Amino acid sequence: MILPRPTPDDAYLWEGAAEGRLLARECAGCATLQHPPTPMCGACGSTEWTVRDLSGRGTVHSWIVSRHPSRPDEAPRVVVLVQLEEGIRMVSNLLGVPLDAVRNDMPVQVCFADYEGLAFPQFEAAQFEAAESETAA
Amino acid sequence: MSVVRKAAIVGVGQTEFSKNSGRSELQLACEAVRAAIADAGLEPADVDGLVTFVQDTNDELAVMRGVGIPEVRWTSRTPFGGGGASATIEHAAAAVASGAAEVVVVYRAFNERSGHRFGQPGAQVSAPIMNLHMPFGLDTPAKMYSLWFQRYMHVYGLTNEDFGRYTVVARKHAANNPTAWFYGKPITLADHQASRWIVEPILRLLDCCQESDGGVAIVVTTPERARDCASAPVVVSAATQGNTMTGEVLFNYYHDDITTFPEADYCAAQLYGDAGLAPADIDVAMIYENFSPVVFYQLEAYGFCGRGESKDFIADGQIELGGATPVNTNGGLLGEAYIHGMNNLIEGVRQLRGQSCNQVADAQHVLVAAGRSAVILERG
Repeated sequence: MILPRPTPDDAYLWEGAAEGRLLARECAGCATLQHPPTPMCGACGSTEWTVRDLSGRGTVHSWIVSRHPSRPDEAPRVVVLVQLEEGIRMVSNLLGVPLDAVRNDMPVQVCFADYEGLAFPQFEAAQFEAAESETAA
Repeated sequence: MSVVRKAAIVGVGQTEFSKNSGRSELQLACEAVRAAIADAGLEPADVDGLVTFVQDTNDELAVMRGVGIPEVRWTSRTPFGGGGASATIEHAAAAVASGAAEVVVVYRAFNERSGHRFGQPGAQVSAPIMNLHMPFGLDTPAKMYSLWFQRYMHVYGLTNEDFGRYTVVARKHAANNPTAWFYGKPITLADHQASRWIVEPILRLLDCCQESDGGVAIVVTTPERARDCASAPVVVSAATQGNTMTGEVLFNYYHDDITTFPEADYCAAQLYGDAGLAPADIDVAMIYENFSPVVFYQLEAYGFCGRGESKDFIADGQIELGGATPVNTNGGLLGEAYIHGMNNLIEGVRQLRGQSCNQVADAQHVLVAAGRSAVILERG
């Protein structure tokens, strides 16, 4: 596991994950969502920014199986490019889905896991029924 | 407007391509530079400009001392690794077209197999952009690129076998090229399918470029000066880069449609427009392939076939000798060597001089595309 070394431009992502929140940087000037984040908004030039809580819902836009070439992980990891419903994409992992069941465009939902004391935003297959009943309640 | 027909390639030089050169990267650079100058019929003292990659370890002054180049008034370096391979020619062409220099040598040399091997996963992230990718398991270039390729495979219905059909052609071309590492070693599709997975279900070993030791150098000057050089000049029809705001070099996942390669689309539009040429005018296409799927994206970007049609274009034999657009007639970076794309420029020159081992009859225009930079070369 290679750990991130958060910078001023992406610390929000890891801090949010530690609180169980999936955050994206949002420009304070024009509300453009930025991922990957930049220190200056390419749309309006603002360096003021805030964060927005994302729903954590998305689909698998693309995916691969990652096996470390020389220091094997405990198990192969599925790396996914998630198309989030807010319109941005984010690289993460898909957990709990057998390799032969991974599909493009399958719905996924964020989850959080700790690695060596750092929380990672990751994804699992979306539990639609549970989500709907919760909404109904 | 890019640099149109204001520069010519008059000399090329290279070392042998190997897995263990047994000498320093600087020595490889000096040998390649001296060979290129000699090929042009020039002397080291004629050189007044040097261009290489940002990533190259060979200091310009060290190359000057080794080769015996007394004075240089132009240096520049290109970003983005092999994606900038053709940008070296753009830099050199811009220098001679503007008068900033008259004879520019482009060089790239490394011990990329016996020395520092690219793509070895580091213990920690090395750049901010890595934070968002590497911790999730994108720790090698093969994986980084594969996350881009997989969407293309899904949308257009490709399997790894389709990529293998490119590799078979590259190895067929390499098998006939004595400078290729895989000279005399063609493969079958079954060989490709028997090679181990590198990134499942996208890339097998034989989809990946080689790791190579070697050096390449190219001499660029003005069309006027080119007429006095020893070799038949090869004119730079047009040269450009393609850099886009939503693009990423290793993590190109953020364009609206990642089944396309907008950087290559931009290069194609610039080159064809500026040079006044069309896809049908290109007799040979040299296409940078760190991994085989990049060829598929670029065949479509340059209009040799339609979107999603590379699979059939390749299967129909259109990238082989005798096909509509022969591709990577040296064997490419999979078959000849991985000198960061620079060996593909040399093959482009060989085709236009009529000196290729897999010569395309009467080749007049060669595209040398490196992803985010590209040139069209033509017979002078």
